[in-house]
Amino acid sequence: MGQVPLVDYLVLGDDPHLVANQCASCKARFFDRRNACAACGATAFSAVDVPTEGELVTYTIVAFAAPGVPVPFIAGVIDCGGTSVRANVVGCEPDPEHVRLGMKVRLKTFPIGTDGDGVDAIGFGFEPIDTKEAP
Amino acid sequence: MSDSVWILGITMTKFGKSPEKDVIDLASEAALAALADGGVTMKDVGILAAGNLMNASAGIGQQLQKQIGQTGIPVYNVANACATGATALRTAVMAVKAGECDVGMAVGVEKLAGAGLLAGGNRKADGDSWTPSGRYGSVAPLDGRVGTETMPGVFAQIGMEYGHRYGGADFELFARISQKNHAHSTLNPLAAYSKKMSLEEIMGDVMIAYPNTRPMCSANCDGAAAAVVVSEAKLRMLDPDQRRRAVKISASVLTTDPWEEACQVLPNVNTLTRNAAAKAYEQAGVGPEDLDLVELHDCFATAELVHYDNLMLCESGGAVDFFNSGVTWRDGSIPVNVSGGLESKGHPIAATGIANIWEVCHHLRGEAGDRQIEGASVGLAHVIGLGSACGVHVLEKAAA
Repeated sequence: MGQVPLVDYLVLGDDPHLVANQCASCKARFFDRRNACAACGATAFSAVDVPTEGELVTYTIVAFAAPGVPVPFIAGVIDCGGTSVRANVVGCEPDPEHVRLGMKVRLKTFPIGTDGDGVDAIGFGFEPIDTKEAP
Repeated sequence: MSDSVWILGITMTKFGKSPEKDVIDLASEAALAALADGGVTMKDVGILAAGNLMNASAGIGQQLQKQIGQTGIPVYNVANACATGATALRTAVMAVKAGECDVGMAVGVEKLAGAGLLAGGNRKADGDSWTPSGRYGSVAPLDGRVGTETMPGVFAQIGMEYGHRYGGADFELFARISQKNHAHSTLNPLAAYSKKMSLEEIMGDVMIAYPNTRPMCSANCDGAAAAVVVSEAKLRMLDPDQRRRAVKISASVLTTDPWEEACQVLPNVNTLTRNAAAKAYEQAGVGPEDLDLVELHDCFATAELVHYDNLMLCESGGAVDFFNSGVTWRDGSIPVNVSGGLESKGHPIAATGIANIWEVCHHLRGEAGDRQIEGASVGLAHVIGLGSACGVHVLEKAAA
């Protein structure tokens, strides 16, 4: 039955993608609910789709986290056509031999749990596009 | 109002585990020692700025007054993440500079021994019914699901990003930065940890967030530091010995992070540090080439690398070659973190931004004993708190 996105900037459906709040004045992009633009102070925003493919520009492999957070996992930043996105890298072994800075990745959605009403929450990560590239 | 503000007295406590002392004991110890070091008493002090991040709403300044002197002066309790100590000092400096008083005191204190991760809070059990909350409308905690909120993980990415942009920064390079600071710490009796560590020991230790292993992370510990600052006019009236040991604050700068693409995705610790450094060099009328020593915010080994560049100690993009040339070791041309840095001296958060200034002053006064950088006359101290706030102070030895 129903699905809800993990965050409100994740759009589900046939072509899942992320949306950003773009400042109508200076085009700065944000993922959170806005009061005004941190870059220019304007208050008008429009929703823009963020490309679903990008390049991994930095990462860490978290081996030690708060209780209840499964480790290890790869946390990183993906440059999606000029918009930076924070996400986990999924579908990739969490070791430095398999993660490569600059590797091409694409958005991947997956269920993270089901609530008491039978609703699935859908999370997201980015997976390597060509796993053969990994050494 | 062009008169400089000077450090008259300054001290730090031994960093480490102090189970028998509470926060006020540590703050009192540092404050009383700083007053004694400057040859003044609480009766001379016109403003108190106090920082303690873990109890930011506790009125630590007034609690301190109740132990060492309730003289009725204004107290500013400050909190600015890991830049809290520098912010307290800067508050006292501003008050003296503004002519509100002749003498001010700044105190930073923290009890953190045994603390674990300081961010990326506990993951609560997911609720019975998905309910969006917060600014991202999230239905579940995001730490670990959408990247990491832990400090070791955030700063790991900051170092890896630099490596991606300019090349040459790998696990071993970051570990060698840590090796340097742990080697430096062996000469610092006030450091929480003063054990030399081999590259193999550092790289083989517990991984926290690749590429930061445990000894590459700042050490949580207890500690306090305090400084008494004085106007130049007042200093002229003091004894020759006080004047001789006084250290000039040639620059005192605090910045926050200006908006840039990606800065709300991964904190950008670079631009605000670069801005603070540029302003500090301009204020002080010195350049990076004039510095005899630098204490910078190596909260993680990955952070030290990027701050070589941000503080303009090297050319843009050249931090890896700069480190590899050996100049940041204590026998190099620009020693960095001769105290052992946060990785071994320890990081009692609110104390750090004053303790690093104490370290620089210690050398400028020629009182650093075994770890003295000979002939040191100009130094720089840098801290950064995520969120973000950056403090940079340039310090100069008294002329005579």
